[in-house]
Amino acid sequence: MVAPQQSPPTPPADAERPRSTFLIGLIGALAALLMIGVGAIIWMTQGADGPLGVGGPFALVDQDSRPVTDRTYRGKYMLVYFGFTFCPDVCPTTLNHVADALDRLGDKADKVVPILITVDPKRDTPEAMKQFAGAFSPRMVGLTGTAEQVAAAARAYRVYYKENRTGPGPNDYMMDHSSILYLMGPDGAFITPVRAEGSGEQIAADLARHIK
Amino acid sequence: MRRLLIALFLTCMAALNAPGTAHAQAMQVLEPWMRATQADRPAAVYLQLAGGPDRLLGVASDVAGRAELHETIVEDGVAKMRPVAGVLVSPGARTRFAPGGMHIMLLDLKKPLKEGDVVRLALTFERAKVVTVNVPVQGMRATGPGSDAHAGHGAPARR
Repeated sequence: MVAPQQSPPTPPADAERPRSTFLIGLIGALAALLMIGVGAIIWMTQGADGPLGVGGPFALVDQDSRPVTDRTYRGKYMLVYFGFTFCPDVCPTTLNHVADALDRLGDKADKVVPILITVDPKRDTPEAMKQFAGAFSPRMVGLTGTAEQVAAAARAYRVYYKENRTGPGPNDYMMDHSSILYLMGPDGAFITPVRAEGSGEQIAADLARHIK
Repeated sequence: MRRLLIALFLTCMAALNAPGTAHAQAMQVLEPWMRATQADRPAAVYLQLAGGPDRLLGVASDVAGRAELHETIVEDGVAKMRPVAGVLVSPGARTRFAPGGMHIMLLDLKKPLKEGDVVRLALTFERAKVVTVNVPVQGMRATGPGSDAHAGHGAPARR
């Protein structure tokens, strides 16, 4: 830390000199403090757990093989879930409840894009995502990408995922993954997590509270 | 003490049954259902078991290369599936295989399972030996036994 007291000693000959040095030092110290403060805010929103840090830019490929980013869905609420198509239990159950919730929302549902982002890009091609996500709702978007793109998206959303081997074959693995729905606003900012274990009715109620 | 009572109960049960008689009627498999699958994706079978005391040891099906007992655990918001070695069935309470909990995983499916198909499962129990069950395949939007995605559009899942 640069403190004004640590500024090099000034020649006493000029009476005005120490004062201006002190002022410059003070301004410098304030600037340093400001930078630390801004840095801390950036660190808190980017690097620490908490609602402030959820979401952010991503670059992926949609179910029709089109490159998309988070900006593609600006103007709509995004209901984001991370899962994978080899997931036989939790993902279909959650996505069914999401589809049910959208059915219950009526006109408000038009403001929401339900988005499934795979945590298994190795197996989840755009075609697989299209078939899987589309099975629950024609509105549902299924995103995949390279391993790096998916990792970056998961990082932005603070989503944990890990391969869990079940046998020696190339297909013999399941994914452990965070199972949380994230509601993002039309400006892309995080609004609230939504319980993925909730029924369609509960999810609809949670969404209705936040969608204007 | 409890263990002794169970042992005693098991002995009595064994004595009551003529040798060689299967205990299949004592083990009831209720409300089996599953969702359709896509390409080579695995399937989860849900059902309920009533009877026992007994232990479900394993499952087999002609449609799948492998069938395993699994449990979904959600820890700190992270969903994990883990194999289960055996499942105890106690009289008086149904043992439930339901979404988000225990399920029978069918892996290495020989072909995708379509809505309307029926999958035959062989459940192997410690005492009841092999009990077979026919599992109706429902659509991807099914959320419970007998729930119909098309008829029940937007309606709450029947449990």
